[in-house]
Amino acid sequence: MKAGQQETRAMNGDEAVAYAVKQSDVDVVAAYPITPQTIIVERFSEYVADGKVKTEFVCTESEHSALSACVAASATGARTFTASASAGLALMHEILYVTSGCRAPVVMAIANRALSAPINIHCDHSDSMAERDSSWVQIYVENSQEAYDSIIQAFRIAEHPDLLLPVMVCLDAFFLSHTLENVKVLPDEAVREFVGNRQLPLITNHNGEKVPFKLDPDNPITMGPLDLFDYYFEHKRQQEEAMQKAAQIITETHNAYSQLTGRRYGNGLVDSYRLEDAEIATVCVGSTAGTTKTVVDQLRAKGVKAGLLRLRNFRPLPVRDIKEALENISAIAVMDRSNSFGGYGGPIFHELRHVLYDTSSHPYVVDYIYGLGGRDMPQNIIKGIYKDLMEIVETKSVKEYVQFAGVR
Amino acid sequence: MSQFREIRWHGRGGQGAWTASELLAKAAILEGRHVQSFPEFGPERMGAPLASFTRISDESIRLHCSIYNPDVAVVLDPTLLKTVKVTKGLAEDGILVVNTQESPQELRKKLDITSQKVWTVPATDIAIKILNVPITNTAMLGAATRAASLVSLESIEKVVRKRFTKEELAERNVAVIREAYKEVRAT
Repeated sequence: MKAGQQETRAMNGDEAVAYAVKQSDVDVVAAYPITPQTIIVERFSEYVADGKVKTEFVCTESEHSALSACVAASATGARTFTASASAGLALMHEILYVTSGCRAPVVMAIANRALSAPINIHCDHSDSMAERDSSWVQIYVENSQEAYDSIIQAFRIAEHPDLLLPVMVCLDAFFLSHTLENVKVLPDEAVREFVGNRQLPLITNHNGEKVPFKLDPDNPITMGPLDLFDYYFEHKRQQEEAMQKAAQIITETHNAYSQLTGRRYGNGLVDSYRLEDAEIATVCVGSTAGTTKTVVDQLRAKGVKAGLLRLRNFRPLPVRDIKEALENISAIAVMDRSNSFGGYGGPIFHELRHVLYDTSSHPYVVDYIYGLGGRDMPQNIIKGIYKDLMEIVETKSVKEYVQFAGVR
Repeated sequence: MSQFREIRWHGRGGQGAWTASELLAKAAILEGRHVQSFPEFGPERMGAPLASFTRISDESIRLHCSIYNPDVAVVLDPTLLKTVKVTKGLAEDGILVVNTQESPQELRKKLDITSQKVWTVPATDIAIKILNVPITNTAMLGAATRAASLVSLESIEKVVRKRFTKEELAERNVAVIREAYKEVRAT
């Protein structure tokens, strides 16, 4: 498979996700539509109605039911997908933990949208950041192409026998979900071959026999039973151990996919941009990274040693990669598109400062909460953040560690 | 030198400004260019003023923010001129393309435009004559294509034929685009 065999299409982020799901040989999709994820479900239901997929498509009455149906389907060995956003994801909260606890490798697209109230349909990361502790792998994408590529990778990552954890692919509402861009798509066979069939590990059943890990009347096993202080703790520890293996699985999957397509997103975990000799840097997730790369180029042209670290994965947190990328930077600004009210900055800031605490260089790390409820993040605000960083380096002091950017 | 252009479309909810921006983007993709097309991320109500946007570039587009200084502004509905500042942020050497019966000279004077290029076309008349409805998005797509040399007329016609699956409607829209392309006038 060569890049030349890929076809360039005009797709928005949601359409790119739906197309990737169509090609990934998915057995069950259960979903409930919510703006700005709606296009994903609409397009996919068209594929079902037109007979272009063999998928069992379940229209549920709520997101709680949608994810519950996905867990059940996944438990039978089915490849399973759903999509949600904002209030829909919040309603799934309980079942997110059931999904990961049952080791059900469900893949879900999140069109990142603000949480009510006041009601708002636009982009911020409050919805998925609130679920960071639910034992789901979280991938944040920069553009529609990466949304397509990441969904395909997500099935292989989630279903890897050493991981068996669900994966969220997060794309920014409207900035990606509703923005038409060039998207290169692979032929159906190439995707099918890449994702392969779901591999089920063998487990020991009640009779001591080795059986595939799935609900099957011919080989009955129990899933999700009462699990008190006798074993619950061990099961949670196993989940953490699986998460610790996720980084390698994500990197391997990203490398294999790159071989196929010629496209790379950093090392699959983090995407470093002009950081090699950088003095100042920003850190963010999602589509703002693209705008920031343009700003970095402009600053570099003026001799400013600026760089960017985009976290592609927030869970698992790529601790080693963050340290390696940032330990020699003098001043770092995290850009958080969500807030932890009453906390000390946003969720990315918490983790970044925490990871960098162990470095001997002790860089300055500050936080900017931006873009809540879809507020635009134009180039001049990002330039202002880099200007603040230059001042921190010059004066060796920080005026404010946590600020809002672009707010009145 | 690589080209990067930003286009802002002004219309009212239901007039097809987003469709125009998408058709332009799809035509540019046919020519091997990189594009973005997105609506104004605000509330959309039938008849209310709104904008949509297109970016066209020879290289991949990384910006994911709104457009503040467009190179081209296209106005689908002449009544917007009274309520919306359609030249807001328009580049000094930018291009304004307006659906109006007025001449470019008259419009330039009325809007007090000095540096930018002004093009006008009676798109509503063309749309009523050929489509029997005052829907001007395809007419203004034709006019903007010529005024700003964005893509070839051939590419526009290809995507319009693909978009309108009913052949008769597609051909009428192609006729609208050709007429607007021919009739649009500059100062």
